[in-house]
Amino acid sequence: MSATADSTIAAPRTGRIDPKYTRDRTKTGNFEMLAWLFMRLSGIVLVVLIFVHLYSNLMVGDGINGLDFGFVAGKWADPFWQFWDLAMLWLAMLHGTNGVRTIINDYAERDGVRFWLKMVLYAATTVIIVLGTLVIFTFEPCLTDAAGNLLQSSPAFCETL
Amino acid sequence: MSHTATEPAEGPSKVTLGEQGGAGAIESFDVTLRVRRYLPESSEESYWDEWKITMYGTDRVLDALHKVKWDLDGTLSFRRSCAHGVCGSDAMRINGRNRLACKTLLKDLDLSKPILVEPIKGLPVEKDLIVDMDPFFQSYREIMPFLINKGPEPTKERLQSAEDRERFDDTTKCILCAACTSSCPVFWTDGQYFGPAAIVNAHRFIFDSRDDAGDLRLEILNDKEGVWRCRTTFNCTEACPRGIQVTKAIAEVKQAVLAGSF
Repeated sequence: MSATADSTIAAPRTGRIDPKYTRDRTKTGNFEMLAWLFMRLSGIVLVVLIFVHLYSNLMVGDGINGLDFGFVAGKWADPFWQFWDLAMLWLAMLHGTNGVRTIINDYAERDGVRFWLKMVLYAATTVIIVLGTLVIFTFEPCLTDAAGNLLQSSPAFCETL
Repeated sequence: MSHTATEPAEGPSKVTLGEQGGAGAIESFDVTLRVRRYLPESSEESYWDEWKITMYGTDRVLDALHKVKWDLDGTLSFRRSCAHGVCGSDAMRINGRNRLACKTLLKDLDLSKPILVEPIKGLPVEKDLIVDMDPFFQSYREIMPFLINKGPEPTKERLQSAEDRERFDDTTKCILCAACTSSCPVFWTDGQYFGPAAIVNAHRFIFDSRDDAGDLRLEILNDKEGVWRCRTTFNCTEACPRGIQVTKAIAEVKQAVLAGSF
């Protein structure tokens, strides 16, 4: 009669499953869902950001021949383009990082390798985002020497300032 | 037997059976069947085994396997139960595609080359074409594939409108053959992903108007190994022998999780 004491009957071949198939039950909240959603939304926004960026840089005015130090300096003198390029930098970096994170999760076979690949990825992302943001906001096109004279290499519009 | 004298004897049949339609009319051809063998008792290595057999136009890959097992090599092992595309036992990788051996006619394959038959991928092979299905059914059990209704038990059947029934009709067709899950490249990577079959069977109850545990199932599939690991490669939809729009069902579950979260 001991058999009736157990309220549940063990599933067939219980405990025989290769442990690699067993999921750990630690919940990650909604992170994967938000990452999925971010990929879709940032993708749509990036299409607009990037194509307007390409058009304004390569097609308008002198087109590709007008691209130089002075052109970039002129663009970043305008807060609109500062914001535009900042949004493009952040969204593209996070979109790409999340994509590579997904690939690492899928293809890295050992946990240690997976962890370190992601650490390298996150470090690279952080450096590029911080550096890029600094460049956009602290860009100084009209460099002067110690005596306060414009350097030779400064763009033409610096003379008029 | 006296009455035979008064009745004229029955003459020979006036119906002429032509050659057409007879058993002789079925075309026959020689096929080369190349099967991935794995016999753990004798070797840890798997290898290709090959047979040249004469088969007929009405034969399926399963018939070729039967011919080998029954007439040529009894050690060949594979699963099959109903042999008519309903039980879902004989999913295997035929010429690189996941199919049911009992629904794949030999004449539809390229017979100028050997027919390659392998076990489905991503699950541990036990012997020849037999894989351990337990990890697959483990995921299936986790999404609670049964009706959960919190209301009082009715005295008659639970009624449902034709429209409500239509909502999840496609995903009721699943026969749990594992052709979809074992064709999924995400499942191949580490076997942690719930897999298309589990999500399809969750979809079947999530969108059933009579079921009350949709939120619970959506929460289970909002796991990091749940619906968000789907990369929409459509391998599952192509592999499904029942023609279920698997990737579409997964997308609907994704949207339901999103809708429940915002």
